[in-house]
Amino acid sequence: MRLPPQSSEWITRSKPLRFRFEGRAYAGFEGDSVASALAASGVSVLGHSFKYHRPRGILSAANHDVNALMQAGGTPNVRADAMPLAEGMALTAVNTFGTLERDAGRFLSGFARFLPVGFYYKAFHSKRLFPLWERMFRAMTGLGRVDFATPRLRTPKRYGFCEVLVVGAGPSGLSAALAAAEQGAEVVLVDEQARLGGSTHGASDLIDQVTAHPRIRVFTETFAAGYYADHWVPLVEPNRITKMRARAVVVAAGAYEQPAVFRYNDLPGIMLASAAQRLIRRYAVRPAQRVVVLAANADAYRALQDFIDAGIEVAAMIDLRDAVPADQQSMLAALHIPLHAGHCIVEAISSGKRVAAVRIAAVGAATPATNIACDGVFMSVGWAPAAPLLYQAGTKMRYDEGVHQFVPDTLPDGVFACGRVNGIHTPAARLLDGERAGSAAAAHCGFGTMKAVSVPAEAESPTHPWPIVSHPKGKNFIDFDEDLQLADLENAIQEGFDNIELMKRYSTVGMGPSQGKHSNMNALRVLARATGSTPGEVGTTTARPFFHPVLMSHLAGRGFTPERRTPMHPRHEAAGAVWMPAGVWQRPEYYAVAWQSRAACIEGEVLAVRQGIGLIDVGTLGKLEIRGPQAAEFLERVYISKYVGLKVGMTRYAVMCDESGVVIDDGVVARLADDHFYFTTTTSGAALIYRELSRWNTLWKLDCGLVNLTGAMAAMNLAGPKAKSVLAGLTDVDLSFPYLAVREGSVAGVPARLLRVGFVGEWGVEIHVPAEHGAAVWDALMEAGKPHGIRPFGVEAQRLLRLEKGHIIIGQDTDGLTTPGEAALDWAVKMDKALFVGQRSLQAIAGKPRRQQLIGFMLPADHAGDAPKECHLVIENGEIAGRVTSIAWSPALARHIGLAYVRSDMATEGQVFSIRLSDGSMVMANVVKTPFYDPDNLRQKEPA
Amino acid sequence: MKIMTCPVNGPRAISEFSYGGEIRTMPDPATCSDDAWADYIFNRNGSPGVKCEWWCHTPSNTWFVAERDTARDVILRTYLYTVAS
Repeated sequence: MRLPPQSSEWITRSKPLRFRFEGRAYAGFEGDSVASALAASGVSVLGHSFKYHRPRGILSAANHDVNALMQAGGTPNVRADAMPLAEGMALTAVNTFGTLERDAGRFLSGFARFLPVGFYYKAFHSKRLFPLWERMFRAMTGLGRVDFATPRLRTPKRYGFCEVLVVGAGPSGLSAALAAAEQGAEVVLVDEQARLGGSTHGASDLIDQVTAHPRIRVFTETFAAGYYADHWVPLVEPNRITKMRARAVVVAAGAYEQPAVFRYNDLPGIMLASAAQRLIRRYAVRPAQRVVVLAANADAYRALQDFIDAGIEVAAMIDLRDAVPADQQSMLAALHIPLHAGHCIVEAISSGKRVAAVRIAAVGAATPATNIACDGVFMSVGWAPAAPLLYQAGTKMRYDEGVHQFVPDTLPDGVFACGRVNGIHTPAARLLDGERAGSAAAAHCGFGTMKAVSVPAEAESPTHPWPIVSHPKGKNFIDFDEDLQLADLENAIQEGFDNIELMKRYSTVGMGPSQGKHSNMNALRVLARATGSTPGEVGTTTARPFFHPVLMSHLAGRGFTPERRTPMHPRHEAAGAVWMPAGVWQRPEYYAVAWQSRAACIEGEVLAVRQGIGLIDVGTLGKLEIRGPQAAEFLERVYISKYVGLKVGMTRYAVMCDESGVVIDDGVVARLADDHFYFTTTTSGAALIYRELSRWNTLWKLDCGLVNLTGAMAAMNLAGPKAKSVLAGLTDVDLSFPYLAVREGSVAGVPARLLRVGFVGEWGVEIHVPAEHGAAVWDALMEAGKPHGIRPFGVEAQRLLRLEKGHIIIGQDTDGLTTPGEAALDWAVKMDKALFVGQRSLQAIAGKPRRQQLIGFMLPADHAGDAPKECHLVIENGEIAGRVTSIAWSPALARHIGLAYVRSDMATEGQVFSIRLSDGSMVMANVVKTPFYDPDNLRQKEPA
Repeated sequence: MKIMTCPVNGPRAISEFSYGGEIRTMPDPATCSDDAWADYIFNRNGSPGVKCEWWCHTPSNTWFVAERDTARDVILRTYLYTVAS
C-alpha cells in the first residue's frame, strides 16, 4: 500500500496513471515502476517461474527480477521492476498457460522430482525420443511472445568521448566523478537509475555538486553494457546507444544483494532488504505489514530505520551470526525487536498467495524452534560485486576472506574500481574510496596527481559465507531464473560436474535472463563446500557482455559497408540495369528489356557486340599509375611478364602472383612514357592490389611513385565491328593505331586514354576519361552508336563473350592454389627475369608434375537436358578429377562451351571426360583448344 | 574497439587499419634450398610474444611497422619503415 509522501520519493502524485495487468485495471503515479505500482495496489504475485510455474513477486526491485517478466503489448519480457509505468499500459505475465490466476502449468511444481538437474541432457540423450521432447519443450518454454507486426524502430547510435568514464552514481561513483573533474578531467557519469545517489536514494549531498560541475556530463537511465578494448563502453540509453571512448574507466557499479537459501525462499513477500528500501524510499510503497528480517551484516540494521519509518512491524530479527555487535543489539533493544542470534529460517510457510509465517531454528539445529507469523521477509545476508565490466576488462579478481567476496586484485591499465564492487561497504569509506579512484583515474589521463587517500578496511564482513539452509524436502531455491534447488546443484556435483563451468552448463545455474546475478555466488559456495575448496579456488564463470539484455533495435542499424558506384550509374539505372555486386561495386548484370527473359536480354547484348556495337562500363577496374625512373623495374618485380622493353605507346597483359606463385590478379599495363605507366587491376582486387604494391614499394624503396586513380577515372569498353567507325566521328585520335597499343587524345571533347583491347573478341577500345566526364562520354558514344543499334552490355554478356575467346577471369577460373601454368598462362611467365614476386616458388614447382590443368571444353552438339553448372565436378573412375569453372551456351557456336580444371593426363585436345550434375547424372565433354571463337583473333585486330 | 597509432595520422580506431603480416627476412632466392624457401613461404610463428608486423592505415595508404605483444594484446610502438629498423 502507498505510504504518505516520502522526502526522497520519485513518484509525482499529481500525475496519476491508469494501466491494466492481466486484464484488471490498476492505477499508479508517474515515476512508478510497473512493479511498484502493482505493489502499491496490493498485488504480490507478478509472474510465474520458468520451470515449475511457481508464483513469484518482487525480489530485488533492481532490474534483476526475472520472475516478474511481462508482455507489454508487442514488447516481450519487460522487467516489471525496472519498466517505468506509462498511461494505458496493458501487461500480462509471461510463463503462464492461460492467466496468472489460473495457470494450467502450476501442476508442474508437484512434478519436480521428474525434472532432475541436467534434464535437457538426459531427455535429449535418446535419439528416438528427441522429437517428442523437442515438441514438448517448445510448447512449454520460451518466455514472452514476439509480435512480428511490431513497427520498425530506428534507434540512433552516436560516438562519445571523455577522459574519465564513471560507471555507477552511488556514493563512491559520485565521489569519484567529482574528484576526477576537480583535477581537470572531462567526466561522464552513468547510472541505470532515473536518479543519482544509488543506495542513498537521492539523499547524498554530493549530487548537487556533481550535477552543477561544468566538467561532468551525467547520463541517467543508462547502463554500461560491456567493456571493449581500449576503454570502449557502449552506453545503452532508453532511446539511443552511445559508443563511449574513454581514456580511463572507474567502475563503481556496486553490488547485488544476495538472497538467503531456505525452503520456499521464493514466496511472494520474501525479498531483499534493499528491495524493500527501494519500494519505500523511491516509490513510497509499504511492501508488507509485519516482517521478519533475516540478517547477517550491518546493512540489515542500517535498513531497519527505513522499515520502522514506513510503519512496518518488525516481528523479529533472525541473525545468522552467533555474535551480533553490541551497537546492533542495543539498536534492537531500543526498538523492542526480539533478536534470534545464531538462527536461520528453515522454511517459509505460504498463505497460498504469499508468505504467511517462517519456521526458524538455531543454525545447524536438527529441529525447528518456533514459527513466526509475518507477511514479509526482508533478507540482508550479503553481497556479490557487480563486476562484469571489470572481468571483461581483464581484471584479475581474488576472493577476500575478510569481506567474503571477490575483489579486484590486479586492474588493467586505466581501469579503476571503488565502492562495494571493490569490497568497501561502509558508507563513509565508500566516499573515500571513490575519491581515491577518481583522483587516480584523472592522474592516469594526465590531470593532477593521484591523491593519497587511506580507505579504512571493513570491520566485519558484510557478506555471510554460508547463507544456505538445506532441507530434506528441497524447494530451497538457489537460482530463481531457472528454478534450481540446492539439491539440484549437489546432484550435479555428484554426477561429476564438479567444476564451475561444467556445473553451470549442466545445471543451467546462472544461465537465465538475470545471468546469475542472484545465484552465481551461492552456487559457487555450494560447489566449494562440496569439493572441500575455497570460493577463490572454485573461481567464477565468464561474465560476457551485455550487462542487461539490450533491445535488438538498439543494436540493429544501417550497415557501414560502403557500396561504390561508377559515374555512369544513373545511365545504367535509366537503361533498366539489373544490378549485381562485384567486390565493393554495383555493376549491371544485364539490361532488362520489357517482355524479354533474362537469357534473351543477355543474348541480345551479346549479338549486338558480335554483329554491331556494344558499350560496357569497366570503370570498376582498378586503375593505377606509376611514375619514376624505376617504374618499369617495379612492374617487372610485381608482374610475371617483362615491361622494361615495352615500347612507349604499347600495352601488355599483366599477371600477378603472390610469393607462393599463386595467380592473384591480372590487368593491362600501358606505357605512356619511359618513366610513366598506366595499368589496370581486377575489379575485386583493386583496393587490395594497390595496398600490396604500396607495401612492396615501402620495402624496396625504388625511385617511383604509385597513384590510385580507380575513383578518379571512368572507363568503358566500346566493342564490335561497327565500333571503329562510330568512335572515329568523336575523337581526334587516328584509329588505325595497332591492336594492343595505347594513345592519348580526346573523345567527345574530353581528354582520354584509348587502349586497343580484345577481351570480348571484337575490335574494341577501352576509353579511360576523368570520372567527372564519364557520363558525358557515355552519352556521346550511345548517341553516335544509335544508327548502328548500339546496346549497353552487362557483366553476364561480357562473361560469355570472353569465354568464347577462352579468356580467364581471375578468381572464377583460378582459385587460391592456381599457378600460372595450371591456368594456361605459361606464355606470360618470364623466368629469365632478375626477380619477381613468386619466381622462386615457381622455380621450385617447375620440375614437379602439374596437379591440374585448365582446359576448354565443349558439350556434344546433340547434348540435350541439363547442362553442367560452374563448380560441378569432373569424375574419372569414380574419383574427383577436376571441376568446371565457367560454362555457358554460346549463341555464336550453338554449343555449350566452358573452362574446367582436369588432371594433367586428361588435358589433351580431343580427350573425353565426364562431369557429374547435381542430380548425380553424368554428362560427357570434349577437351577443345581455345579460343572457341575466331581462333586466329582476326576480328579483334581488324574491323569487319 | 582497439586504438592504433598511425605514425602519420595519430591514434585511430583499429577498423581503419589492415594487417600485412609479420616482417620476416626473405632468404636469398638465388642460393637458398627449396626447403628453406618453402619454410619462408608457408610457415609462420604463431607463438604469443612480441611481434614486428606490417600494418597499413588504409584511408591514407600508410604502411608502417607495429611492435605488438600478442600475449598481452598490447601495441608497444609504431613507426615508419626504414631499412635500418
